Amino acid sequence: MSDMCNIFLFGKKYEVPSNLTIMKAMEYAGYQLVRGCGCRNGFCGACATIYRIAGDRELKACLACQTKVEEGMYIATLPFFPLVKPVYDIEKVSPTQAIMMQLFPEIYSCIGCNACTKSCTQSLNVMQYIAYAQRGDFKKCAEESFDCVMCGVCSSRCPAGISHPQVAMLARRLNGKYLEPSCEHLNRRVTEINEGTFDKLIEDLMGKPIAEIKELYNNREIEK
Amino acid sequence: MYTEEMLDLMKVVEAKREANAALEPTRMTADEKEALLAQYHPDHKVEEFRELLIGPNKGGKVPNELADMLEANSRLCGKDIDLSNPDYETDVLIIGAGGAGTSAAIEADKNGARVMIVTKLRMGDANTMMAEGGIQAADKENDSPAIHYVDAFGGGHFAAKPELVAKLVTKAPEAIQWLSELGVEFDKTEDGTMVTTHGGGTSRKRMHACKDYSGAEIMRTLRDEVLNRQIPVVDFTSAIEIIKDDKGAAAGAVLMNMETKEILVAKAKTVIIATGGAGRVHYQGFPTSNHYGATADGLVLAYRAGAKLRDVDTLQYHPTGAAFPEQIFGALVTEKVRSLGAKLVNIDGEVFMNPLETRDVTASSIIRECSTRGKGIPTPEGVGIWLDTPMIELKNGEGTIMKRIPAMYRMFAKYGIDIRKQPILVYPTLHYQNGGVDVTTDSMSTVENLYVAGEAAGGVHGRNRLMGNSLLDVIVFGRNAGQFASEKAKSVTVGSLTLSHVDAFAKEMAAAGIQTDKVSPMLLPDYARKN
Repeated sequence: MSDMCNIFLFGKKYEVPSNLTIMKAMEYAGYQLVRGCGCRNGFCGACATIYRIAGDRELKACLACQTKVEEGMYIATLPFFPLVKPVYDIEKVSPTQAIMMQLFPEIYSCIGCNACTKSCTQSLNVMQYIAYAQRGDFKKCAEESFDCVMCGVCSSRCPAGISHPQVAMLARRLNGKYLEPSCEHLNRRVTEINEGTFDKLIEDLMGKPIAEIKELYNNREIEK
Repeated sequence: MYTEEMLDLMKVVEAKREANAALEPTRMTADEKEALLAQYHPDHKVEEFRELLIGPNKGGKVPNELADMLEANSRLCGKDIDLSNPDYETDVLIIGAGGAGTSAAIEADKNGARVMIVTKLRMGDANTMMAEGGIQAADKENDSPAIHYVDAFGGGHFAAKPELVAKLVTKAPEAIQWLSELGVEFDKTEDGTMVTTHGGGTSRKRMHACKDYSGAEIMRTLRDEVLNRQIPVVDFTSAIEIIKDDKGAAAGAVLMNMETKEILVAKAKTVIIATGGAGRVHYQGFPTSNHYGATADGLVLAYRAGAKLRDVDTLQYHPTGAAFPEQIFGALVTEKVRSLGAKLVNIDGEVFMNPLETRDVTASSIIRECSTRGKGIPTPEGVGIWLDTPMIELKNGEGTIMKRIPAMYRMFAKYGIDIRKQPILVYPTLHYQNGGVDVTTDSMSTVENLYVAGEAAGGVHGRNRLMGNSLLDVIVFGRNAGQFASEKAKSVTVGSLTLSHVDAFAKEMAAAGIQTDKVSPMLLPDYARKN
């Protein structure tokens, strides 16, 4: 058995093994999670959590599934945060600065406090990607924000009321759809398929006896 | 942070790295693979499976844990449900909000149908979100859907439904195009050429990726699109039973609020099950790479409604789950790590196999290395094999790891392991449900108006799925189900609603002598410690 440590779940004290993640420590304490638990693997942002270590002034944020408990940890989960998500038609918007002004005017009220960056559970430079969004530099905003899991902690700390993950989401979609180069070989292949270029080949394969297709499979050439 | 013993054992891996990186390990012959699978793959452990006593697959073998769920009591047992006054009415009811459910919703909405999604957690809480490696599509000059067909059908041991494989591969390029047009950012070169790699069992480099957040990037984009279309999503609400009408067609579902336990009734013209997989059932006690909600609910719902299942006796164990540190035990280490050049190395520093065999073969080979051959590396949770990640930068240059697999770097860096400099320890983890509900090319099950798409459906992958064919499956067949279910809804007149099939199932259980206090669907695993 590993060492134990004392943590405080919503203020209440529990003694848990010190090698557990916060999420597993909650389960060890007896919680059957419904909210605040998703992929359990750091990709979905369901388990945003804020904590403070006793004696330390700094308020920290993390994903509960990715963070080990510590002695004296005061924990409050943030399973939902009311982000603002303006609705738009991706076919009708264009990748200009105007769209940010229209959908997310609050980003221009950023006071540069950097609380978003300090609180990011993915260690992203959030304030920087908001700056790129302000300027309409969607490619850079997309790059800088790519690892965002949309947990919403940044927005919970923002005095300007910015919904950072939604700003980044728009930037990435604009970049992916309008700014990245179109893929010629992909478009060509879709056209070929629609013209029926491969229909006969595929039908032949579907009709082949298993022994024949096994032969094909076992002797197929593999690209280096 | 590695232990002293591990750091010691790591030295031989370092010493042999350069020579190992240069190796081109031979691939196994078909006979070697068969013998390996028969002896080491968990699907071949006969005592872990039993015959179903009732239902459409009566006499068929399924994992013990699944049999217990299929032959369990309904959550409605003893409850009187009023079907006369539904809480929701819609054309297409979609159960599940992962990649398949959201793709279906977007297409059904486009087709003019009224659509409603129910999901037991949040939209996007799904295995799709966690898919790291990529999505296959034969769109390069040296490739074709026909070559993709042979790879997928052969990789699945020739057990898939040919017409479903055909649809999967011919709709693949269009799926990538559809995602691109929604704004998904694929890895491309300056001129727009897709950056593609191999996956285990592929004969062409056709793995498209969005770094190693492929599924997350796809999922968050689909979620955003569902929100933009203002499709109603009822979250934290599970479906606990399919409702039929007096003609025997699916016509809605009984729902349960996950927090308040309130029971609700949804009436629909067509129903799509897109509930995903089953990793959280922990078959054979394996850890899993899956999402918290992956509990095979769709199979239970469909089976009790009378739908046939197929290939549910075969599960995919991903070869490389994290074996260390224990905080991430069982978490996925994407196959892309091997696509980029990392090899599997045993305790003696030997590369014991080609790292890009199909997943079932690779997993079995690792199990063999760690069991009868005794060449595994001991860990607190058991045993593992080295995956020599520093080879990636040796082969592709410095910076490759941060550029191509940043999530992997992040996952291990949190525990003081720099995968650019140190190898990692891996062992197979329960990853995917190869089979599922039997469907036609229209995505309809054997129950009229009951559609199934994504991991919950069977027949697309046979008895083993290739990397990158699951993200592809959820997009192609999610869209497919959405299109067909919404089209069908135009001509459906729903009869009077009934749950008589649930009662009939209970009687069948009693007649077969099944007595159990288990209820299903499971909905969530129970990890709370019991005092």
